[in-house]
Amino acid sequence: MATMNVIEAVRSAMLEEMRRDDSVFVLGEDVGSRGGVFLATQGFVDEFGEARVIDTPLAESAIAGIAVGAAMRGHRPIAEVQFADFIWPTVNQLIGEAARIRYGSHNKVHVPLVVRCPYGGHVRGGLYHSQSVESYFAHTPGLKVVAPSTPYDAKGLLKAAIRADDPVIVLEHKRTYRSVRGEVPDDDYTVPIGVADLKRQGTEVTIVTYGLTVHYALQAAEELAGEGADVEVLDLRTLSPIDEEAVLTSVRKTNRLLVVHEDNRTGGLGAEVSAIAAEGAFDSLDAPIMRCTGPDIPSMPFAPTLEAAFMPTADKIAEALRRLLAY
Amino acid sequence: MSTIIELPQVGESVTEGVIGKWLKQPGEHVDKYDPLVEVMTDKVNMEVPSPFTGTLIRTLVEEGDTVPMGQPIAEMDVEGGASSKPGNEGETYHSFAFNDAVRSVGPTGSGEGGHGRPDALQSTAAPPVRPARPVSEPGPLAGLSPLVRKLVAQHGVDVAQVTGTGMSGRITKNDVLRFVDSGAPDRGEAEAIADADATTTLALTPLRRTIAEHLSRAASEIPAAWSMVEADVTGLVANRDAHRESFEREYGVPLTYLPFAAHVVAKALGDNPRLNARWAGDHIVLNTAVNLSVAVSTDAGLTVPVVRDAGGLSVTELARRIHELTAAARSGSLMLDDVRDGTFTLNNTGALGSTVSVPIINHPQAAIVTTEAIVKRPVVVGADAIVVRSMMNVCLTFDHRVCDGAEAGAFLRDVKAGLEAIGPDVSLL
Amino acid sequence: MREPVFGAEARDYNAAPMTQANDTGATLGLPEGLTGEDLLDIYATMVLVRTLDERVWAMNRQGKAAIVASCQGHEAAQLASVWALRRHAPDYFLFPYYRDLAVLTAQGLTPNESLLGFLAKAGEPLSGARQFPQHGAMPERRVINPSNVVGTHVPQAVGWALSVKLSGAPTVVATYMGDGAMSQGEVHEAMNFAAVQRLPIIFLVENNKYATSTPLHKQMAIAHIADRAVAYGMPGVTVDGTDVLASYRAIAQAAERAASGGGPSLVELDVERYLPHTSDDDDTLYRDPAEIEEARKRDPMKHLSELLLGVGLLDAARDAELRANAKAEVDAATEAAEAAPFPPDDDVLAHVYEEQ
Repeated sequence: MATMNVIEAVRSAMLEEMRRDDSVFVLGEDVGSRGGVFLATQGFVDEFGEARVIDTPLAESAIAGIAVGAAMRGHRPIAEVQFADFIWPTVNQLIGEAARIRYGSHNKVHVPLVVRCPYGGHVRGGLYHSQSVESYFAHTPGLKVVAPSTPYDAKGLLKAAIRADDPVIVLEHKRTYRSVRGEVPDDDYTVPIGVADLKRQGTEVTIVTYGLTVHYALQAAEELAGEGADVEVLDLRTLSPIDEEAVLTSVRKTNRLLVVHEDNRTGGLGAEVSAIAAEGAFDSLDAPIMRCTGPDIPSMPFAPTLEAAFMPTADKIAEALRRLLAY
Repeated sequence: MSTIIELPQVGESVTEGVIGKWLKQPGEHVDKYDPLVEVMTDKVNMEVPSPFTGTLIRTLVEEGDTVPMGQPIAEMDVEGGASSKPGNEGETYHSFAFNDAVRSVGPTGSGEGGHGRPDALQSTAAPPVRPARPVSEPGPLAGLSPLVRKLVAQHGVDVAQVTGTGMSGRITKNDVLRFVDSGAPDRGEAEAIADADATTTLALTPLRRTIAEHLSRAASEIPAAWSMVEADVTGLVANRDAHRESFEREYGVPLTYLPFAAHVVAKALGDNPRLNARWAGDHIVLNTAVNLSVAVSTDAGLTVPVVRDAGGLSVTELARRIHELTAAARSGSLMLDDVRDGTFTLNNTGALGSTVSVPIINHPQAAIVTTEAIVKRPVVVGADAIVVRSMMNVCLTFDHRVCDGAEAGAFLRDVKAGLEAIGPDVSLL
Repeated sequence: MREPVFGAEARDYNAAPMTQANDTGATLGLPEGLTGEDLLDIYATMVLVRTLDERVWAMNRQGKAAIVASCQGHEAAQLASVWALRRHAPDYFLFPYYRDLAVLTAQGLTPNESLLGFLAKAGEPLSGARQFPQHGAMPERRVINPSNVVGTHVPQAVGWALSVKLSGAPTVVATYMGDGAMSQGEVHEAMNFAAVQRLPIIFLVENNKYATSTPLHKQMAIAHIADRAVAYGMPGVTVDGTDVLASYRAIAQAAERAASGGGPSLVELDVERYLPHTSDDDDTLYRDPAEIEEARKRDPMKHLSELLLGVGLLDAARDAELRANAKAEVDAATEAAEAAPFPPDDDVLAHVYEEQ
């Protein structure tokens, strides 16, 4: 076991997979000699050479399209989009193409690619270094989307994504890169895609969340424990496909559900989780399903006060919990 | 004055830096913005500019130290005695104490056999699962939707009596409402079952069952006494005849004798509070408001919706409200507030042709009054003159625990007087 | 990396026997690698494709084929490319676009299989009738055409070429597109990347001067698309796409360049589109009938038949026989495809992910 932060876990995952399988290669902006602007690929070009660690021109749609083509032939490209805020030009190739190629070729070809990018805010990133982009991709059949919250999950999910034979979007919350540390096993392991994880057991209310807000939710849970409430925190880890069974099992146990995410409220994954719980656990619900999310404004404003107003922080989550428990 | 200088938070998502060379030494003068110390971070290598003008007193960290951002790195004697902290251009980065120990606490309970789908390397031994808060036996309301539970509570429905027509026999909103006011649709009218002995058995509808229980209780618990008066309602008849057509035209509601009677009865109850009461075992409760229960017959049986605060309503208002409630009763759309908290009941038995009735009290009220059919009869007026007048009997059953014949008689006298005072020109408003 | 294996019944087009150059070849001044017999094969294929193309257009007008994009006018360019790649690249892989019926036919898509696609019947080889005709993949026949969104396959073809280079395989990738795609940003990004990385790929632009209704001068301020190649650092050439030999020469050269590590090329094939953009388009709204008449004169099939008749490789009887055979083959294929069933309903959910 070693203790490391999320960016180290990400780096470790890619290193191990590139050593294990020479069909894995990395492409993206500044991933080579610079080692990536978050140092995710630090040292890679020295070990694997420029052929497998490709510095691309500044052209996200090409990065994605080229990755799609190489993946169809049998390579396993890991395309880095430098910030999730720059992922939009890739939508044509990822949502329009990659998601549909297996289906559209009747399983003749498939696309084992990974697109990984830092996402999320509360880092003074302003409107273009803070965005959450998961809903668009999670809505697309044919893609898988994962969003780890801890180093253990980050390494395991990235390895699983690289080994998967379908396109996987890996969303790494940039605030967790250096701030979140945790234990990571030394030997080879993966975290299965599509499996949620309990980060805290409880009996009175369930928080379903992912990414940075897992940590804020845990703090809110501790605060409520001091007030005598017992809160369960379920970390989705995979956003598509959502682990419906885990959500329903937890809701049937606690009978109250709060969904938390940093992403904008409308059309966010909280709506999907709410529908899943309403459809599958209606008779178990003792209170309406509530959501504590970012507001419906472009995320996130630069001024620290405005950014804090946006973010579902621990105290806001705690307030929502109190309201839900009081229903 | 001595001021602490902290390592500033610089660089997105960066949380610490490694101290490099100190560019100013203790004792040296430093101008604001002069480079103070080299710092290396994951994102950038930089020189930290001094936030103040003054003299560097001492450094608190050494070259090679890894320092979290926000930690003090030096002490400076600041010129002009600046405040110890820079102003609020300050908080560049929201701080949050992340917990290294965040980890999986076990399977989600889903997956095969409820053991969840643990990750490859996480402990597959089931972690100590904290027992759920003890759940009481699923009560009679288990499995009912929130809306149905609310309706059940409102109407005091015995759920066991209700047949569900939803999926897998679920009880739906309509099942409850039908049960409450017109009987369960699955039974419809009481089924007639031919019997070998040439008798016919009628199965009980839930409503019939309810009526039976309610009235049996009233009959067995209440020592009821009965009295009657006759009222000369010739003026009332003329009044109604005069106003009928325009009333109906204006309000879309027929004008019967019932709202007149309700108006009179409500006023009389105001003056005779012992009739607007109930027996409470070791005391008597006098109700403040007159919530008049008005008997309505529907296809499926008797319903008694309540006109709240009838004492404050005019004949017109009473007519309209009674009409609303009657329509709602007949269409099965009475709400909770429409059927509860009645304090006295009025039954217009005269509409069915009755001239004398002995009504049963609507438990837990203290009394019930009926207005009988209006019949033209020869009566003696003055000394010995005989004239034809429209006469109506008013009958009263009362709980003798709550009041005696005196109070009952006084009430009936007031009702009679009230009815007889309605001349053809009396306004309905 | 484990080399991709694309299916058991790969018909190995590279193994076509090299026929000997003969006198006719010398007389014709045929490019290296191409024989008179090859020209006859090309012509026969052209006749078959033209017959099939006319048939599916008619079937659309009968309400049987939902959507058709004709390749009439483009046949020489397309067939020349396939023969050139066979002869001048050790191995090749193709990313065609929606108008490349001749390319697919040359790669082994039979008229019956084509018709299954046009009629959306079960057994259609590229997509199981999930996509528009000719879209999907038949990697065992070296063709991937993933979607009918214009230009999206071009970066993908470059990605394939990157994979080829990374694995050291001797494959030359060719990707086909029209003039319209040459305005799409992704295509430029793809060409740029291919040149920077010196990838073994040929960008084949079948320029028929119309992107649906938009004429060339409204799409670009230049006269020749090939002029753009130099901007990305690769050679570019414009040739008469209705001339099999000229097209063959240019593409052969590009193939050799790619195969020898010389990087990408752009070959602009100047062709004509006689019919509307697709069966859903009304070209009378934007095209002068006289102009279309002029365009029809540049008919690759006519050119080639005149050439072959002229040198005695073909006579009227043989020509008639070829046409009759083509019609018979297309007739039989039509009948079989019309009788074929649609894909079963329970197929609709399959193959979204690896596990389903």
